[in-house]
Amino acid sequence: MSIKVSMTVNGKPVSAQVEERTLLVTLIREELRLTGTHVGCDTAQCGACTVHMNGKAVKSCSMVAMQAEGANIVTIEGIAAADGTLHPMQAAFKENHGLQCGFCTPGMVMNAIDLAKGNPNLTETEIREGLEGNLCRCTGYHNIVKSIAAGAKAMAK
Amino acid sequence: MHAFSYHKPSTLGDALSLVAKQSEGKILAGGQSLVQAMKLRLASPTDLIDLSGIKDLAGIKVEGSSVTIGAMTRHADVENNADVKKMIPALARLAGGIGDRQVRHMGTIGGSVANSDPAACYPAAVLGLGATIVTNKRKIAADDFFKGLFETALETGELITAVTFPTVKRAGYIKFKNPASRFALVGVFVAETSGGVRVAVTGAASCVFRATAIEKALTAKFDPDAVPADTIKADTLNADLHGSAEYRAHLITVMAKRAVTQAVGK
Amino acid sequence: MNAPLIGARIERKEDYRFLTGAGQYTDDVTLPGQTHAVFVRSPHAHATLKSIDKSKALKAPGVLAVFTGEDLKVGGLPCGWLITDVNGQPMKEPVHPSLAQGKVRHVGDQVAVVIAETLDQAQDAAGLVEVDYGVLPSVTSTDKARAKGAPQLHEIAPDNTCYVWAIGDKAACDAAFSKAAHVTKLDLVNNRLIPNAIEPRAANGMYSRADDSYTLYVASQNPHVERLLMTAFVLGLPEHKVRVVAPDVGGGFGSKIYLYAEDVVVTWASKQINRPVKWTCERSESFVSDAHGRDHVTTVELAMDKDGKFLGMRVKTTANVGAYLSTFASCVPTILYATLLAGQYTTPVIHCEVTAVFTNTVPVDAYRGAGRPEATYVVERVVEQAAREMKLDPAEIRRRNFIKTFPYQTPVALMYDTGDYEATLSAAIKMADVAGFPARRKASEAKGKLRGLGYAAYIEACGIAPSNIAGALGARAGLFEAGEVRMHPTGSCTVFTGSHSHGQGHETTFAQVVADRLGLPIESVDIVHGDTSKILFGMGTYGSRSIAVGGTAIYKALDKIIAKGKKIAAHLMEAAETDIEYDRGVFKVAGTDKQKTIGEVSFAAYVPHNYPLDKLEPGLNENAFYDPTNFTFPAGSYVCEVEIDPDTGVTKIEKFTAVDDFGNIINPMIVEGQVHGGLTQGIGQALLEGCKYDPESGQLITGSYMDYTMPRADDVPNYQVDTRVTACTHNPLGVKGCGEAGAIGAPAALMNAITDALQVYGINDLPMPASPQTVWKTIQNAKQKKAA
Repeated sequence: MSIKVSMTVNGKPVSAQVEERTLLVTLIREELRLTGTHVGCDTAQCGACTVHMNGKAVKSCSMVAMQAEGANIVTIEGIAAADGTLHPMQAAFKENHGLQCGFCTPGMVMNAIDLAKGNPNLTETEIREGLEGNLCRCTGYHNIVKSIAAGAKAMAK
Repeated sequence: MHAFSYHKPSTLGDALSLVAKQSEGKILAGGQSLVQAMKLRLASPTDLIDLSGIKDLAGIKVEGSSVTIGAMTRHADVENNADVKKMIPALARLAGGIGDRQVRHMGTIGGSVANSDPAACYPAAVLGLGATIVTNKRKIAADDFFKGLFETALETGELITAVTFPTVKRAGYIKFKNPASRFALVGVFVAETSGGVRVAVTGAASCVFRATAIEKALTAKFDPDAVPADTIKADTLNADLHGSAEYRAHLITVMAKRAVTQAVGK
Repeated sequence: MNAPLIGARIERKEDYRFLTGAGQYTDDVTLPGQTHAVFVRSPHAHATLKSIDKSKALKAPGVLAVFTGEDLKVGGLPCGWLITDVNGQPMKEPVHPSLAQGKVRHVGDQVAVVIAETLDQAQDAAGLVEVDYGVLPSVTSTDKARAKGAPQLHEIAPDNTCYVWAIGDKAACDAAFSKAAHVTKLDLVNNRLIPNAIEPRAANGMYSRADDSYTLYVASQNPHVERLLMTAFVLGLPEHKVRVVAPDVGGGFGSKIYLYAEDVVVTWASKQINRPVKWTCERSESFVSDAHGRDHVTTVELAMDKDGKFLGMRVKTTANVGAYLSTFASCVPTILYATLLAGQYTTPVIHCEVTAVFTNTVPVDAYRGAGRPEATYVVERVVEQAAREMKLDPAEIRRRNFIKTFPYQTPVALMYDTGDYEATLSAAIKMADVAGFPARRKASEAKGKLRGLGYAAYIEACGIAPSNIAGALGARAGLFEAGEVRMHPTGSCTVFTGSHSHGQGHETTFAQVVADRLGLPIESVDIVHGDTSKILFGMGTYGSRSIAVGGTAIYKALDKIIAKGKKIAAHLMEAAETDIEYDRGVFKVAGTDKQKTIGEVSFAAYVPHNYPLDKLEPGLNENAFYDPTNFTFPAGSYVCEVEIDPDTGVTKIEKFTAVDDFGNIINPMIVEGQVHGGLTQGIGQALLEGCKYDPESGQLITGSYMDYTMPRADDVPNYQVDTRVTACTHNPLGVKGCGEAGAIGAPAALMNAITDALQVYGINDLPMPASPQTVWKTIQNAKQKKAA
């Protein structure tokens, strides 16, 4: 009933003995105590659980941990520089007031970074469509869209 | 989620023998539908057989005028594949509109086609383009594959390994999204092929189906204005909070017109 | 001295932790010995509990306890507001048990709790609790609750009626109608909403045998109120033995104001098993357990003279309160609703009767705006319709009726202190380019689309609330706020507030107020909230009250800091206290260049070597309680422009313009963010969201994000927002509050725009949400009617 799972999380190799039914998000939050990745729904719509798996944004609530066996996982805790300097996308969210309660924010930032990779000139439409898998109840998305546009530009610098 | 045993075979043979042994087991492709169903305890398989370790199952190959997409190819890889974009742009666009970005990074064509969700997009392309479903046992024509609500021609112990799409003259796909789930409330795929026009409708009934009256009219004249109204009887269609059968029947006409408009590049 | 901070766009102090994943929400708190709770909930809308067999669940792996209503015999969850009905009788208050007692009354009603070592184990075992239900017929719809033969929920509430309440002079109103040149009448439904803060509710209770005390971590908007209600009314615990911590909270919108059953159960259970018990709501569970919002059925009539001048308004509303009375359920459709029916207008007489009904649905309580969106919807829809019927421009009919002199006493109890409604309306009209609308409409028509434009001029009563007025109206608690300012010896400052921030940005806005007044860099001021062990008291955050009431409490504490600082500075500079002048952190001896900074004064207070110890206590720490003398009245004008595709019924919002008057503004960036969010929830109500129950089974049809339409990024436009200022006259900051405005004004503006676009079909009303199917169907019906 229990199984060993190993992967790289935020640059560090980790392994854990977990029940096979353990979701990736549960592994991240409960085993690794990286609680920045959130759970906001149970039908894969809200995107608060978004992490990067091998560089791509995925919903960590929609996969069992074993599906990430051997993968390179990055969570919100692994985004800022080692000295604490915010990633350009994080900084853009702060500068543009792209967050309020902060709960959807990690998922937003993780998806935004992936969306902006190689796309410095994202249009408003591209950003809004790119956020189909992330729900925010506070900001009305207005400043999130602004943040991502600014963050995408800053990432290219 | 109920407890289960997890298996990750590295060959198709191993996968098939696991499938044969675990009668209450389920195949795990991308998991974007299955894991959700398990979380809500709507599905409780005893075993999960993860196909992601089988190398040959993912990838896109061009052979002559057809494109073969491995069962474990992710939606995002189809969306962004240069060959698909060039040869069957409507298919790339369709793949790029499934779920959301995160889902497209995980979800697979094999998983989607095998699941035959009534509101999924891929079945519309498979049926609309007249694709061939390749399994470990045989090749199945799209027309013979989709049998009903979450029901296909796949037999016990049979796995999809790839789907082969023929190129067509022109094709288009327009999805009217369910405002809440963003699945297809009605999605219409139209394809002008050398053998006539094919029109596949998803989201509207228990499973994807061909709109033959519209096909006939479009074969005569491939133009949005040629799409006849009210050819689908509402009493054969789904009804739910977001779309009555009557509304869906109407949307089929509207989406078919728009799909043709897209196909002819107007 | 630093640059002024009031009015500055300062980046938020709280953002770094949220952006790096370092926020600490309730579910992130894991305590030593943590256990996990899962609730067994009723799958039926209405049923008797014939038996509950927990034996199998108790034997399941990891299970520590299973409790039912038989085990938890404590007080019911209280309602904090007593409404007195038209006959002088108190409202009907049926018992609201934390775990069902013999009967369940809505899908999701909590029947039992299973506690296990792990969450998976608790979930597995919850499926093993065998409940034998005797299913009863149910009623879920607002207008059927009082129908003959409707299933009865509570013995003490005949006809499912909680109260019939009224406000205004009925005879005078009827007289006004008899003299009217024209009466406009509308039947309106204000659709039921599900709040859906993205952080699901969570609670983690811990009992300590060592000192017989409890700690509850809970996703709450008001930890002190939570503690007060839970200890005094439900568990009968001494208040000083219970600490409630509301750490980072991921949005509330009203839904986290209330004392919920789960909070009580985990607190109580933590003592029974002597281990901490954590419950985190799953989303599908929150759909059937978080208090819902709105759900009114209303008839409104507006009497006018021949020039469109309002003579009187008659309103009859039925409000659905759900299966039980939630914490503030009773005051939302009465005190927070009917008192706002004057809107921005001089309507001289208004009468409103409200009937509150019980149904087999989740309890309904305050949701962003709470009563005021419902009032605005009634007023602004009927005013727009009146303009159509009177063939007046919708802006013109509003202007003819605007209140222009203040203070203004409305016929429905409120006294507006200040406002300038023409200023916000004309600014909105300009910003929305209303002049260019006819050309844009033509362009839409050329594409086969319909274009419409709609207004809403809303008002709200915020800054809740003067305790004496609230008390006279039935409030069972005070509605002041508390604040404390603690200067540290080395000149930095910690501020404690009873307000709670769950997205509003108090840690920044409040710090701006304090840093500005003390002349400190904003980095030197930290705001602490959300912990009853740290903060002296508090009433929490709701009703756009934080800056107006909580901010003022802090301001009053600063008054005391400065007053004491003057005494200390006078001593240090050997001057008379009356000669000390204070300005943003600097104490000066008038007419000299002698001065001491707040830092120096603070140091002297904590290192009192040269200090008037005979006259003054050392230290510099002051607190204040502030009880407002009136409500505040934010108001504004919204203009919405839509384009409708008649082939599909899809409505696209082309433009949304909002010009608000929130009084003085501390941080415009944060205020704009509040407006954006409010607008989106308002647009959600009008266009997307709508809670639906199956009328036969009482099942919730919209029970997940697969069916309940949450606004997504591509559903809403870029907003155009601006402000005009008339400063509030009765608080020192001149502030009014901004949290709810968007949700209050947006639905009416949007529905007015949609019905404007649909005037070609003669459509004056359609239900919210105006989903594509609803719009399409409404058009089809109108076409058929025309053809017939």
